[in-house]
Amino acid sequence: MAIPLIEFRNITKRFGDKTVLDKVNLKIYENQITTIIGKSGTGKSVLLKHIIGLLKPDEGAILFRGKPVAAMKKNEWEDYRNGVAYLFQNNALLDSMTVFDNVAFPLQQTTNLDKIEIEKRVAKKIEDLELTEAVDKYPSELSGGMQKRVALARALVTDPKIILFDEPTTGQDPIRKNMILSMIVHYRRKFGFTAVLISHDIPDVFFISDRLVILWEGAVGFEGTYEEAVRLKLPMIDEFLRSLEGFQDELTGLLSREAFKGQYAAMLGGSAGISTASAALFSVEFDLLHEALGPQAAVEVLRALGEYVNRRFKPMGGFSARHSRDQILTIFPNTSPDQARQLVADFVPELNQEALARIQTIAQAKMGAQACPEIQVSAGITEVSSTDEIDQIIVKAEANQQIVATHQGGSGGSE
Amino acid sequence: MTSLDRIHSSNPLITVLTLIGRGTFRLLGNFGAMAIFFSLAFINIFRRKQLREIVKQVYYIGATSSLIVMLVGLFTGMVLGLQLFYTLVKFGSVGALGSAVSLSLVREMGPVLAAIMITARAGSGMAAEIGILRISEQVDALYAMRVDPVRYLISPRIAASIISFPLLTAFFDLIGIIGGYLTGVLLLGTNGGTYFYRVHSSLNMVDVRGGFIKALVFAAIVSCVCCFQGYFCHMRTGGYGAKAVGLATISAVVLSCVMILIADYVLTSFLM
Repeated sequence: MAIPLIEFRNITKRFGDKTVLDKVNLKIYENQITTIIGKSGTGKSVLLKHIIGLLKPDEGAILFRGKPVAAMKKNEWEDYRNGVAYLFQNNALLDSMTVFDNVAFPLQQTTNLDKIEIEKRVAKKIEDLELTEAVDKYPSELSGGMQKRVALARALVTDPKIILFDEPTTGQDPIRKNMILSMIVHYRRKFGFTAVLISHDIPDVFFISDRLVILWEGAVGFEGTYEEAVRLKLPMIDEFLRSLEGFQDELTGLLSREAFKGQYAAMLGGSAGISTASAALFSVEFDLLHEALGPQAAVEVLRALGEYVNRRFKPMGGFSARHSRDQILTIFPNTSPDQARQLVADFVPELNQEALARIQTIAQAKMGAQACPEIQVSAGITEVSSTDEIDQIIVKAEANQQIVATHQGGSGGSE
Repeated sequence: MTSLDRIHSSNPLITVLTLIGRGTFRLLGNFGAMAIFFSLAFINIFRRKQLREIVKQVYYIGATSSLIVMLVGLFTGMVLGLQLFYTLVKFGSVGALGSAVSLSLVREMGPVLAAIMITARAGSGMAAEIGILRISEQVDALYAMRVDPVRYLISPRIAASIISFPLLTAFFDLIGIIGGYLTGVLLLGTNGGTYFYRVHSSLNMVDVRGGFIKALVFAAIVSCVCCFQGYFCHMRTGGYGAKAVGLATISAVVLSCVMILIADYVLTSFLM
């Protein structure tokens, strides 16, 4: 396996008599999103502060590309630090400066860019994060959500190689949470940075994370992908993840993945068993939408799709959940694939007339009527057998996916 | 309790000596830390992109303190005029009023009282502001943005103090001499010409230079102590958060005033 970008080797950190990190071993790989999850007070923020050098370990070593950070020369350390940005849990905005000055501050202080270039870059970030109206306001005049976005803009403005996000979505509504997480993914692809994230927004954070680190009582309880965590079924960790995820997906109102699994298991193990069942996998091109409409509108599109799927199929006994950032899986108990196909076909006009019309309104508000790009909703139907795991159903449905609704850009029409 | 502590607690003399020793080491440690802190901040004054912040701080520490310093200077001069007039009358030396007022102010009272007033007005503000930046993680945020907090926060304040203190002291002296004129000449009837003649003839450049040296030293003390207390308020043992900021501000003002008076004695000994 590749050399980790950052590696913690037996890191111990004590504050007085309290050991916060106890021989922590951890690997963070380049161009990945690594999410750290753990109960409050387990040292997640302390761990991040070690990466940026705000705290020094009492024992152990932190390695950057295999080289101990403590042994770096001054210029090597400066180079390393140049590429790391930190988004604080409480935002840590400079409260005597306006939003513009806060975002411009790192550029003014650490680069030799001229005033016009700084203004251009700051204006772009402010626009990306939808802060245009707040540009002359002070942090104390902003809501918690807006403050978070200002902090994010400030972290992104220097185009760092590693960004440490300390609970970036805390205090945000579901749309903003997903918007911020989507932005992290979007900017990571665009600028190619490595992200280390502390977040409790399950399942949203699973959709964007490449690796998961679970801190448990000062040590790493698990390190790997989400799928591995689920497969291992470590009792304490499993319970912890479930407690975080809850019953419902905050964004769409659909079932959470855990609740969905429970309902699916109940369907398979019911007294009558299943004679027949089908599944439909709906998806939108989230990344294209993000690119064209911006993060907020893209998340709104997904939310609208989830709401319409839920409203349409729940009364019929169907149950649905989001299984990735842009995929919604619906199971139809006691329904043959042909019947399911018909149900979806009947749903398409509603999708076109209402959901896509709503999407068009969002797009128009965002970009103007003539600029709305083509939006496609795909659906794939498959039969569900009693031995199928959910992942298998998704694979089968993906293979059958075809476009069922298209919103034509500019003309405002749909087909 | 360790065996060493047990021996200490059984002997009151050792306990007292231990406490004194610990206190002395802590005090020396703090002074050492403060000296390093000041040195780092002073070196960083001469780095790039500092001018704007220094100008801002000169306005905050110097310009906004000028009115209160001049007010105190006026009344100090007026009191001196009154007191010295009635003292000198007893010896038939009222003509020396100008000399007495000006020398007292320029050598001693001007630098000390101006420094104490600036401590009360701007020093407390420095400690509280930096303390709040510290507890709200804004200092950490500066570090995270690769901005040296000492360079950005402390150096401009020290530079601004070094610029402002002598200027404010000069204002204090000038207004104080006018204050002495108001009471000694206008109120009590001493000859005005004699008053200013005495001021002019008795004040030497050595006195003025001594006053300015004191002002510069006080500037270094006040800015260093106040910034240090605010900057490290999160490491205080007496309280956390807002309470730590409050305690840091109190310590900054008290310690600055005490150190001004101690330094004044030491400097006077050398300058006389």
